Amino acid sequence: MANPAKVQNFLDLFGTWDPSLALVMGGAIAVTMPGFWLVTRRSKPFFNDVFHLPTRTDFDARLITGAAIFGVGWGLGGFCPGPAMTALPLAAEGTLIFVATMLTGMAASKYVLQQRDSRV
Amino acid sequence: METEFTPLLSLLGGGLIGTSAVLLMATHGRIAGISGILSRMLPPSTKDQSLPQSLIFIIGLLLAAPIWIVFNGQAPLQTVSNNLPLLALAGVLVGFGSVLSNGCTSGHGVCGISRLSGRSIVATLTFMSTSFIAVLLLRHVFGS
Repeated sequence: MANPAKVQNFLDLFGTWDPSLALVMGGAIAVTMPGFWLVTRRSKPFFNDVFHLPTRTDFDARLITGAAIFGVGWGLGGFCPGPAMTALPLAAEGTLIFVATMLTGMAASKYVLQQRDSRV
Repeated sequence: METEFTPLLSLLGGGLIGTSAVLLMATHGRIAGISGILSRMLPPSTKDQSLPQSLIFIIGLLLAAPIWIVFNGQAPLQTVSNNLPLLALAGVLVGFGSVLSNGCTSGHGVCGISRLSGRSIVATLTFMSTSFIAVLLLRHVFGS
């Protein structure tokens, strides 16, 4: 996943399609789903007092809009946050630019949300 | 450009990502969402006491490629576009969008789906759809 060409090829159904990413996702969920079920049966994590699990179940415009914007960026760049950080030490020029603007985008988004929340 | 289909390596890599998510949940009770972990470390600051763990998790991500190089003697295969304005735009969208929707491929895609979270399933379907469209436009409509 640290190779943007592989990510974009997964998303390129009508071109040089490479299904590898589906197996990354499948492999991750195959471990995480039973793993989460097992470890959250304990009363608390090993080094913390509580499990910090999201509790919201509503679908708001912020969730959909944010995910839609994220997807466009992921498609155009072939990087999402984790693999971009993994690829950072390889220091390709494009990766350095991507990570810099990604962090800026995150801070900007936090700022906008904080401003909005402080108004209500 | 074509890339080789790597079913076993991809499944194994996915399994390792899942193992990481389960470990973080077991030890600190946290969702291994990289956009969340990264953004918590950025300004504007919020009251959050997980900063040291966030930092250590990110250092782990940064160490993966150097460790790979030590064991394999060469860098992992990678093709990054040299269209810098495009990558700059992509970065802003990924950063802004993931914080707005509280998650990215790891937080929503892996952890959220594993918890059968409705919000995460909807978010994942949404970003999968728009990313398909973005690549379709980039490669087949505008050509690159």
